[in-house]
Amino acid sequence: MSGIILKDLDVWFGQGANRVDAVKNANFAVPLGESFGLVGESGSGKSTILRAITGLAETWSGTIIIDGKTLGHKRDSEFYKTVQMVFQDPYASLHPRHTVDQVLSETLSLHGFDDIENRIDKLLLDVGLGPSFRFRYPHQLSGGQRQRVAIARALAPEPRILLLDEPTSALDVSVQAEILNLLTDLRAQRGLTFLMVSHDLSVVSHMCSRMAVMQNGYIVEILSVEDMRGQNASHPYTRHLLASSLGFTSSEAAQ
Amino acid sequence: MSDPSQPNLLEVEDLWVRFPTRSGVFDAVRGISFSLGKERLGIVGESGSGKSMTGRAILRLIRKPGRVEAKRISLEGRDLMPLSEKEMRAVRGYQISMIMQDPKFSLNPVLKVGQQIMEAYQVHTKGSNAEARQKTLDMLEAVAIRDPERVFNAYPHEMSGGMGQRVMIAMMMIPDPKILIADEPTSALDVSVQTQVLDIMDKLVRERGMGLIFISHDLNLVASFCDRVLIMYGGRIVEVCDADKLHEAKHPYTRGLLNSLPQLDKPCDKLEVLKRDPAWRDEPSVSGVL
Repeated sequence: MSGIILKDLDVWFGQGANRVDAVKNANFAVPLGESFGLVGESGSGKSTILRAITGLAETWSGTIIIDGKTLGHKRDSEFYKTVQMVFQDPYASLHPRHTVDQVLSETLSLHGFDDIENRIDKLLLDVGLGPSFRFRYPHQLSGGQRQRVAIARALAPEPRILLLDEPTSALDVSVQAEILNLLTDLRAQRGLTFLMVSHDLSVVSHMCSRMAVMQNGYIVEILSVEDMRGQNASHPYTRHLLASSLGFTSSEAAQ
Repeated sequence: MSDPSQPNLLEVEDLWVRFPTRSGVFDAVRGISFSLGKERLGIVGESGSGKSMTGRAILRLIRKPGRVEAKRISLEGRDLMPLSEKEMRAVRGYQISMIMQDPKFSLNPVLKVGQQIMEAYQVHTKGSNAEARQKTLDMLEAVAIRDPERVFNAYPHEMSGGMGQRVMIAMMMIPDPKILIADEPTSALDVSVQTQVLDIMDKLVRERGMGLIFISHDLNLVASFCDRVLIMYGGRIVEVCDADKLHEAKHPYTRGLLNSLPQLDKPCDKLEVLKRDPAWRDEPSVSGVL
């Protein structure tokens, strides 16, 4: 059973002479329960794929099938009960004048839950924050704590698929480790499917079992994490990314 | 790389950066000492560790009400602490220059790139316009810009992030400073562009015999790029080591940072989480003087 299937997905912005094709002919399938990564440099179209799935990028063509259902250009609330997204920058994705309680209770009431009180406490415990954080504003939280709140908000409707757009790139490495561990635990407990975007090969390799490498809007290669770790990439661009991620080598030393 | 027989370019002794707040004085940097020879010195730490403040304090770029205090900040034997603001201006750019994190915020958006670089040259040397222009074009070429004439006449918004960062490097190198301070020069760039920019800095530093202070949060990058590394935590230096031996570091904080990085060649189920020991903040600062 596939969780996410993309067939011939094209996403573009603008029209006429200003048209930019951000994603060209993307094809992949993610089975339920798998964790799949999208890697590439800025402008390669990796985040745009996530935005097309959630409905934030409206100009797309092709087929997107989520949990057996083919998506149209409008998303219903049923879709958002299945799919939720965690954004890159926890400093920008939380409303600065809403408390954690408001953020979570709004999401819960939008999705028609009635035992909101208990659910908020449970969500905060699940992401490792505890009830004392409930009435804080985002500016009273550190970057890692904010990202935990953003993850709690995404978990609120009890989705089966999480889209993660660079969830740790704005965080320090020690905090990154905490958030990645939290995501690993949540996936194990709830049997979630992850589609994770990152520019950091080692983060994607830690989290995902397969990954697609993107360049200029195209998926150039889909490979397993074992191939990635074993440096068995066939496309030259993937090999280039692998070499760059291993640190700096002076061009003179390399010659 | 560093040669003990050579005198140090820069010596910093007991540097403090303090910010008075309503609830008492906050010390961002707490009494650190280090020296810089003709080498690439890395300063690593997490956000809030005081690494950027250290770089700015050397150039006295701490905004009021912040204060810089030090027993001595000496550049080739000359103490910078007693200098007036006017004398400091002659040091900035000419002898010590600094590359900031994001070219988008560091270049003047309404001036052509070429003019900005020429200005950096002419402020410190009394060169003619034609001479400055030629120097600028040469410098743009030195930072691997393929079409210097075009970039000379471009505005900052017409360039990509990697190009903007190379323009910044050109601007900082043109007065031929003795010391370059680079504050996260590549963290806004993609990995492949990052490699190019580092390569240019590496070459310029080696060919001109400059001292480089490289401030970064990226441990792997610093380990592979620098000669010596200072690890900062809570405004203090907790450990000093050779960059190629960073992975054998002993301090629990450095170890914790290294272990919390996911590694491509070593898969694991769970990443190690750094457990902070309050005692680290109170340990005396390790001296980074050679």
